[in-house]
Amino acid sequence: MIQRGHHDMGGLPAGKVKRTEHDYAEWERRADALAVLMGGKGVTVDERRRHIEALPPEAYDKLSYYERWIVALTQALIQRGIITTEELARKMTQVERRG
Amino acid sequence: MAEPRFGPGDAVRVMKAYPLGHVRTPYYIRGHTGVIERLCGSFPNPEELAQMRDGLPAQPLYRVRFMQKEVWPGYRGNPADVVEIEIYQHWLEPA
Amino acid sequence: MKDQGKYQALTYFQLMEVSLRELLVEKGLVTEQQIANAVADMRKRTPERGARVVAHAWTHQEYKARLLENGTRACEELGLDVPALKLVVVENTPQVHNVIVCTLCSCYPRMLLGIPPDWYKARNYRSRMVREPRAVLAEFGLKIPRQTRVRVHDSTADMRYMVLPMRPAGTRGWSEERLAALVTRDSMIGVALAKEPRNK
Repeated sequence: MIQRGHHDMGGLPAGKVKRTEHDYAEWERRADALAVLMGGKGVTVDERRRHIEALPPEAYDKLSYYERWIVALTQALIQRGIITTEELARKMTQVERRG
Repeated sequence: MAEPRFGPGDAVRVMKAYPLGHVRTPYYIRGHTGVIERLCGSFPNPEELAQMRDGLPAQPLYRVRFMQKEVWPGYRGNPADVVEIEIYQHWLEPA
Repeated sequence: MKDQGKYQALTYFQLMEVSLRELLVEKGLVTEQQIANAVADMRKRTPERGARVVAHAWTHQEYKARLLENGTRACEELGLDVPALKLVVVENTPQVHNVIVCTLCSCYPRMLLGIPPDWYKARNYRSRMVREPRAVLAEFGLKIPRQTRVRVHDSTADMRYMVLPMRPAGTRGWSEERLAALVTRDSMIGVALAKEPRNK
């Protein structure tokens, strides 16, 4: 369970490939852009991958691709001290109240 | 930069180790033997970059070719089918 | 920067994106313009760029040799900007069929081809393509003859891969533009062949 990361799935049994495609929503494109821009500020893809790999298996499976990305990016920024948990909490509350 | 130890055609075995941290050597290939297809170059170690360290000195990265019939029991297909994977030098031993 | 259209409550993750973005802008680490530019830039990166490379390789032997030797440099030769991309191009022949996967995440030559499709990033493809490529390819409608070798590339590290599909028969004398229209994203991942000309 720990020995093999949940993301490390090469060779495991799985179902037929569902050839779903979706036109990415603006927020997803912005999430992608934020990750790329923060990469330019030294937040490596490797850190972000580590944070994705650290997601609980159920979250890894249930979250969409960019949902995982935005969580991982946020964790990486908090770890680096670029933002703090408190700042994020205040901002999320503020945004929610704004509607 | 760490010195490349291997060259194309060399037989190599992937370490059969299961360490923690961020690893880019897939689980399915650990312990298997393959052949160096090419040296891709040297790059900072992703295991270290993931921990916000600089990953230097840069480590040689190889493309390693494995026979599918040797990797997967009961593999059906052409016996010459292969899977090629990029593996960092510190995961490889001479076979 | 608001989403257009009917008001819908933000999901937790959309809320996080907005919050993160606003914090980073407030801190002066990014600007809204930079984000907009990055989004626009990524939109411009589409499979058509890869198709151009393929069509040029089909019609220029020496270019093809350079492409197979150093994919990144060959893209730049055609004026395609591919920042930080370390591209390896692998050629399909009647003897060898190549297909690309990233079992660990979703590595893909984004700077050339744009964002990968959902299925490429999902469990079933990532798990099964390394182990039973022929079965998965058959699900995509592509039956590889037994005498053709299948070569699966698992992009585990810094290199990114693109398949150079075989040039379809019946296209002698075609312009590069016409040829490029036959090259699909899926043929450059290796789960499809390039399209056949409609009138044989």
